[in-house]
Amino acid sequence: MGQGGIDAEQVKHLGKLARLELSSEEVEHYTLQLEQILGAITSISVVAADHIPPTSHPIPMENVYREDIAVRGLEIGDFASGAPSFEDDRFRVPRILGEPG
Amino acid sequence: MTSEYQAVIAEFEPIIGLETHIELGTNSKMFCSCSAQFGGDPNTHVCPVCLGLPGSMPVVNRAAVESTIRMGLALNCSIAPWCRFARKNYFYPDMPKNYQISQYDEPLCSDGYLDVTVPTENGPQVFRVEIERVHMEEDTGKLLHAGGAGRIHGATHSLVDYNRAGIPLIEVVTKPILGTGELAPEIAKAYVSELRDLMRALGVSDVRMEEGSLRCDVNVSLSRPGEEWGTRTETKNVNSLRSVERAVRTEMLRQADQLRADQRIILETRHFNEETGDTTSGRSKEEAEDYRYFPEPDLVPVAPSESWIEQLRGTLPEVPSVRRARLQNDWGISEFDMQSLVNAGALELIVASIDAGVQPSAARKWWTGELTRVANERDCELEELTVTPADIAQIEGLISEGVLTDKMARSVFEGLLEGEGNVTEVISGRGLVVVSDDNLLVEAINQALSESPDIAEKIKSGKVAAAGAIVGAVMKATKGQADAAKVRTLLLEQLGVKE
Repeated sequence: MGQGGIDAEQVKHLGKLARLELSSEEVEHYTLQLEQILGAITSISVVAADHIPPTSHPIPMENVYREDIAVRGLEIGDFASGAPSFEDDRFRVPRILGEPG
Repeated sequence: MTSEYQAVIAEFEPIIGLETHIELGTNSKMFCSCSAQFGGDPNTHVCPVCLGLPGSMPVVNRAAVESTIRMGLALNCSIAPWCRFARKNYFYPDMPKNYQISQYDEPLCSDGYLDVTVPTENGPQVFRVEIERVHMEEDTGKLLHAGGAGRIHGATHSLVDYNRAGIPLIEVVTKPILGTGELAPEIAKAYVSELRDLMRALGVSDVRMEEGSLRCDVNVSLSRPGEEWGTRTETKNVNSLRSVERAVRTEMLRQADQLRADQRIILETRHFNEETGDTTSGRSKEEAEDYRYFPEPDLVPVAPSESWIEQLRGTLPEVPSVRRARLQNDWGISEFDMQSLVNAGALELIVASIDAGVQPSAARKWWTGELTRVANERDCELEELTVTPADIAQIEGLISEGVLTDKMARSVFEGLLEGEGNVTEVISGRGLVVVSDDNLLVEAINQALSESPDIAEKIKSGKVAAAGAIVGAVMKATKGQADAAKVRTLLLEQLGVKE
């Protein structure tokens, strides 16, 4: 495991979760890249002291709501052509291997 | 209860847990303004947000938050003063974003309870089910597996409809339910039933189970007394009250068999087969559950103010158990009778019938008698029958107008249940008309009297009770299509006898 804290096994696992078939070269390549990214992020922990809470949103904003009014969205003609495959007014996807989460 | 089940209970203690997903009855979806109506032509309730198109941004539906808070309050939960949404990452085409927006470690509502009543040999027993959390999330799209008779196995490809994707869902999770003993299946069913009634009473969802707006995941484990908790299995998508009860029982029996054979229970999801009542192995959870949750960066935190929460608390309806006690009192029936009509799933149908103008006793008579019998025979829920409270109101109205006799009303119900059309269509289709022509009735009465002169004499001498035999003969002669009370009156008139 490099200083970024990720190893080839974890990258393989992530690839599997993302349904990506990764060659061993790709695993090596992404491990290096992810290590660098994580390394950069890890450097933040050096300055982030215990009294600074983790931030999920940069702007202190809360309670942004929409009123419950239904509005007609897109027509099939607006998006069907953008899909790789469309059939019987539905998106056609390849045979599904894994099961839903 | 089978002796096999009793043997399981004698040896093992069950622990159950329930995760229930309920679609909220909002107008629009959770994070976009698309219609949240059930159904619709495929992909007609969609927009860039629920199709997961790049650059689209979700915005929270205030009404969905409100409904979740009200549900939380009704379940005696604490409402979080501040919480966030989280991304649940998984790759499956039912969610076009490749994640579902849900809540993870910061649910909006937590630590509540729901009291449920179950029938036992010693009368109804109240059992407290502790609630772990109530959180908000979005529903997923619907997949049609093509080329393999609708099953994943053998399918060549799948077709996706995203109308359902993004409909507000609330998930209610119980804490492990301990100490149920043999009542585990009944408690599971009573809990889901109570939850459904509560949602309906709150008006946050109409909870149509047949449309999949309430879906249950049932966790079951067994352990021998004094031992550690056993490994649990999670049976997914159990979609009716009866199935919840069956799934718990089936899984208890299956696990007991495994444990007795010294086989270990695998932590896995299982599928419930509605037809056979069996569960079959799905996938092992040990490798599958890795959703890499993280706070949803596209949505700001939800921080309901104290005053908003209090205002919503003020809108809570009568709790179903309190309402039931009130109705039981109003109708003057015993707790046992009330409990059995609740168990039969008849309560709301009876209330709706009364609202439609039916007398309480008549509403109870039809729903708990004939109709419950048919539902049991057909192995279905009462509300799945093709008889509605409005039909009962119409039939009862026709009885009181003298257009139908009780016997004919029964025939109308039969016709409705057989799918012969609405009340009017069944009546004309079956030729059900009361013989109300007095002349015809008097003719039939005189005929009957001449056939039984001894009975005629008895009645004339004051033994009015004997009239029954003649009334019976007339009813037979008119094939049940006469009003018995009217025949009796005419008969006594004919003989010049007063009651």
